[in-house]
Amino acid sequence: MTSSAAATGHEAVAQHVPPGRQRLGSLLIRGATLLLCAIAAVQLLYVTGYFSWGFSNWQPVFLAYIAWSIAFCWGLVLRDGEAGWRAVFVLPAVFFTLALVIFPTFFGFYIAFSDWNLQSAGGRSFNGLANFWQLIADPYFWNALGNMVFYVATVIVQYAIAFGLAMLLNADIKAQKFFRVAFLLPFMLSPVAVSWMIGKSMLEYRFGPVTNLLRWLGWEQPTLLTTPWLAKTTIALMDAWVWIPFMMIMILAGLQALPKDVQEAAKVDGATGWQGFWQITFPLMLPVSVTTIVLRIIFQLKLADIVINTTSGGPGGATDTISSYIFRVYKDRSNVGYGTMIAEVYLILIIIFVALLLKFTSRYMQRAT
Amino acid sequence: MPHALKRILIYAALILWTIIALFPIFWTFSTTFKVAKDVQMGNIIPWVDYKPNWLGLRAIGLSPDTIFTESTPRAEFIKRFWNSIQASVGASILALILGSMAAYGLSRFSYRWKIWKNRDISFFFLSQLILPPVVLAMPFLVLYKELALLDSMVGLILIYTLSVLPIVIWIMKDQFDTIPQELEQAALVDGCSTWGAFFRIILPIALPGMVAAFILSVILCWNEYFFAALLTSSYAKTLPVMVASQTGSQGISWWSMAALSSAAILPLIVIGVFLERYIVKGLTSGSVK
Repeated sequence: MTSSAAATGHEAVAQHVPPGRQRLGSLLIRGATLLLCAIAAVQLLYVTGYFSWGFSNWQPVFLAYIAWSIAFCWGLVLRDGEAGWRAVFVLPAVFFTLALVIFPTFFGFYIAFSDWNLQSAGGRSFNGLANFWQLIADPYFWNALGNMVFYVATVIVQYAIAFGLAMLLNADIKAQKFFRVAFLLPFMLSPVAVSWMIGKSMLEYRFGPVTNLLRWLGWEQPTLLTTPWLAKTTIALMDAWVWIPFMMIMILAGLQALPKDVQEAAKVDGATGWQGFWQITFPLMLPVSVTTIVLRIIFQLKLADIVINTTSGGPGGATDTISSYIFRVYKDRSNVGYGTMIAEVYLILIIIFVALLLKFTSRYMQRAT
Repeated sequence: MPHALKRILIYAALILWTIIALFPIFWTFSTTFKVAKDVQMGNIIPWVDYKPNWLGLRAIGLSPDTIFTESTPRAEFIKRFWNSIQASVGASILALILGSMAAYGLSRFSYRWKIWKNRDISFFFLSQLILPPVVLAMPFLVLYKELALLDSMVGLILIYTLSVLPIVIWIMKDQFDTIPQELEQAALVDGCSTWGAFFRIILPIALPGMVAAFILSVILCWNEYFFAALLTSSYAKTLPVMVASQTGSQGISWWSMAALSSAAILPLIVIGVFLERYIVKGLTSGSVK
């Protein structure tokens, strides 16, 4: 590990580090790296059976990694002085994220190409692209992917409603704080609790208050969660109930930051409210709007909890998201290899999708990264 | 449109949405106090439609007549509740420590490691937001099994920290960017070290941002279900998993489900009512200027 995490301030760092300390720092970094590699190698050889002595699990290697991170930071401080001190600000978070993301992501690809069912006695075996071909032929996967397109598209409707609510809150009203808190609350509730509160109890077919209301309005059989397209719409509505506050708060903050004199000038020029909105407010709000929608779409791609707990993807996969489908593959069928293959394919798809999305929207956005 | 009519329409729309937003919460709290008949009749208004009853709270051992007696459901409930507090507060503190340091570094210094510069490091952190939990789920199950971290509080805290770290860095970087650099430069001239200036000068000023990041993290971790459902079983199970497992069982008693759901959302409602300012600050930082 000879490469250095060189950190230079906005002004040049001029500090002399005595050669003795520099050597000590380098020694510490190299020694710690060597020790970590040695411990990991011993454990690897033990697990693969080439070595008769080792640890009962990988936890010591994990602890060694933590110790290595500390030693590495310390060594940098000794070796590079002020530049080292500066690097230590960002390194802990980098080491943390690397350890917990890089390894699982690569390991995920390894699992994805294996036939591994937790319920079968055979254990794991490499099966090449078999999982991938299974996925291509799996109607449930394509169905879930189609549902994801639907769920992502509903973000636009949520945005329209959120914009309206934000305009209401931004109007000259009394008790603004009360309404703001009341509108914000759904966002904070646990999706699992929401699934029960709305999905299982208020929409209960026989006596839920919402079904009662719909019957009173003249709908004979409000089969909200059993008719496929209705179930999908219902899930989208519950999801909207949770997430509209998030978009509303973002848009409200944008509205409050708008220069007041522009809107007043429009009024003086005789623009009606509707014209004023489309010609002045909406264009000025475009950066905030695009940022909000992009963030919201990124969160929407993870939609799972509400679906899992309300319909478990049913009826017949009509409400499935990719995440809830994978959850079923893991939990009900214990099919680890295939579930992971879906997850990895989905990851690649959304990386492409989000990259394109950012490419096309970044010039409208408030601020990239 | 006449002015008065416009105002009436605005307030009508506001009240309509308030009902939409609050009715499910009211329904959950009130169902806690209903007996089977009230549930089936679809009774809504307490004292008018039905007489409130302690059934729901008795089911989790928290009604006035059971609170001082031994109760297995209550012990179970308190254990899950405590687990949720540990996981969400623990992860939020860890994320705040790691995230504040990283955000400060990225806000103040220019890093360079081979071809990677500040922008790339920031993007590396923020890109974790895109990663859906399902992608990490299975590898984490295997990893935690090997590390003996399955069904442990430490394991849960680590993965929750990972999931909120990008958001904390996002909020804190925005916060540090608004603090003028002259402040630390003056401190450095006075003989403060870089870290000394960070702890003594900058952190106290950045406190509102830290509170916002902390509260948002606590909310997200408190509500997290996916990882908790996969990675915990008996010891480290959190409240959402307990609520979800009750939902799945047949013949659930509505009042006890309502009591559990109420308990799961009550802390958040309290936070929402009293700390709304910080939640709004956290949500809007970085994206709305």
